Amino acid sequence: MQSKTRVVKLLQGNEACVEGAIAAGARFFAGYPITPSSEIAERLAERLPKLGGKFIQMEDEIGAMAAIIGASLAGLKSITATSGPGFSLKSENIGFACMTEIPCVVVNVMRGGPSTGLPTSPGQGDVMQARWGTHGDHPTIALAPASVGEVFDATVLCFNFAERYRTPVILLMDEIVGHMREKILIPDPSEIQIVNRKKPSVPPEKYLPYENDPSDIPAMANFGEGYRYHVTGLNHDERGYPTSEASVVAAQEARLIRKIERYKREIIRYEQIGLEDAEVSVFAFGSVARSAKLAISEAQKMGIKAGLFRPLTLWPFPEQEVAQLARRASRIVVAEMNLGQMVYEVERCAQGRAQIARVNRADGEPIAPEQILERIQEVAG
Amino acid sequence: MNIYLRYLRLPMMPNIWCSGCGNGIVLKALLRAIDGLQLAKDEVCMVSGIGCSSRLPGYVDFNTLHTTHGRALAFGTGVKLAKPEMTVIVISGDGDALAIGGNHFIHAARRNIDLTLILFNNLIYGMTGGQYSPTTPPGRYASTAPYGNIEAPFDICKLAEAAGASYVARGTAYQAAQLDKLIEGGILNRGFSLIEVLVQCPTIYGRRNRLGDAISMLKWQRDITMSRKAAEKLSPEELAGKVITGVLFAEERTEYCEEYEKLMARAQGIDDNRS
Repeated sequence: MQSKTRVVKLLQGNEACVEGAIAAGARFFAGYPITPSSEIAERLAERLPKLGGKFIQMEDEIGAMAAIIGASLAGLKSITATSGPGFSLKSENIGFACMTEIPCVVVNVMRGGPSTGLPTSPGQGDVMQARWGTHGDHPTIALAPASVGEVFDATVLCFNFAERYRTPVILLMDEIVGHMREKILIPDPSEIQIVNRKKPSVPPEKYLPYENDPSDIPAMANFGEGYRYHVTGLNHDERGYPTSEASVVAAQEARLIRKIERYKREIIRYEQIGLEDAEVSVFAFGSVARSAKLAISEAQKMGIKAGLFRPLTLWPFPEQEVAQLARRASRIVVAEMNLGQMVYEVERCAQGRAQIARVNRADGEPIAPEQILERIQEVAG
Repeated sequence: MNIYLRYLRLPMMPNIWCSGCGNGIVLKALLRAIDGLQLAKDEVCMVSGIGCSSRLPGYVDFNTLHTTHGRALAFGTGVKLAKPEMTVIVISGDGDALAIGGNHFIHAARRNIDLTLILFNNLIYGMTGGQYSPTTPPGRYASTAPYGNIEAPFDICKLAEAAGASYVARGTAYQAAQLDKLIEGGILNRGFSLIEVLVQCPTIYGRRNRLGDAISMLKWQRDITMSRKAAEKLSPEELAGKVITGVLFAEERTEYCEEYEKLMARAQGIDDNRS
């Protein structure tokens, strides 16, 4: 087979996100300026009109989230990008997209917080907000890439997941991943797998936009395609009509959770290094995983059997994998640029089988390999 | 066939509106306007926020989107920009469009994006039980203004005009036939159109302010309003306390989606390798 052309570029994580979005078929962006995500808006403002795509800078983050949901319903793959404070503002409408099952991608380039915090510094303090930021029970898909190349692939995955599961998907970069520059090989479009929303196969009069489909993912008609239906953030029945009938509400809520839960084997992606015989395993994601890689290789040189578990998918949480991790290694070091968030998930899944140690930092400085190495040495005793 | 039956989603009936509410009168005028313009149902999108009037899209057989509180115009902006050929009508109330959604209101008007906003002004938050809104007149009572409202109300039409809307009109539930024309004019205008409609809320606003039943409130609408034509002949003193109805402002202005089309053509004409 003839080798495909791959374009070599030197890009920022934020720029790679734009290229990934375009490759995935994104043709609509609405956003509001915020550091450290603004490069995503700026590059899309330049790129989208050339491709016949739409770009709009909205009056606020809430409006931007609203606009991408509207555009997705009208048939365009849609994306918005923001950082902590803007992510907080978008939360209500992220819940609307969950409830109404409208595909879209929300990028959060994480900075220090809470509040205005450290606008130009890295953080990983929004990981629980990504999971539970909007009110009510809902599923979440969130990916946290660790390199510029992976940002491209993860952005494509986010769109594919959004389209396949009819749900908003969150891309969590930390500021380091968003702003660092690396060499990236952009694959030929023919090599990129693209997923598009399932369209109804029934005539309009038989279409149920929220059908209890055997797949748990109902087909989605775009507005203007002859399937006139109702979309509401109220609890609704299979027709999309508001209801407070307990059995209908229960069935729809259960399906909403199930449609992600049952497919989580397809959604959960991770990297494992040296875990086969590790006595100490490090759990780290995003830019922290880069420091962790160096730390475990230094530890190995010192004779400590250390390994790395790096989730790309933070939500749904890789429960099975972390449980297995706890069975294999008696000590787990959880390193994250916050004061302890994902560690609770690791503890939950480890069920007391492993000793859990933490490396935390939320002062705007990256976690250095030495900090992780130090903790590995301590727990390796 | 009764024209209303052609557009109503009968399984959604009965509606949630109280007896005597003015919303149904506006709904019928809206359907007559759409029917008169012979718009294809598939080409109409109706978007709303939260509140009594925002339930309207659920009752009609179009592409309908009932969104979050205050955000209907922002959702509508997304639909319209993604699919400019679609007629996008936004349904909102005074609290929804002017308090929580006030920012989207002025910016949608500023962009002059081709959305038609029908703003049901009942002077109160009805659905949540009668709290004062940005249009509640001073001195009126509300559940959160038990000693009388001390806030100044917005003049919605002036606000829209100042923000950049290209079509601004005001009507009342009392003058239902005129509403058809006002709404038609808004839909036909290529740009942001506002039609403010004064609707009676006898259950919440009327009862609390001793304005009588729905009929008394409709008569009250008749008494406080005056057509733009009639008003032109009067002095400011004579107009004190009057609410002017009709098309209050109309001006040709560049529409956002059309301007975006031009932007795309410009962007596509630029050679990437030039720099």
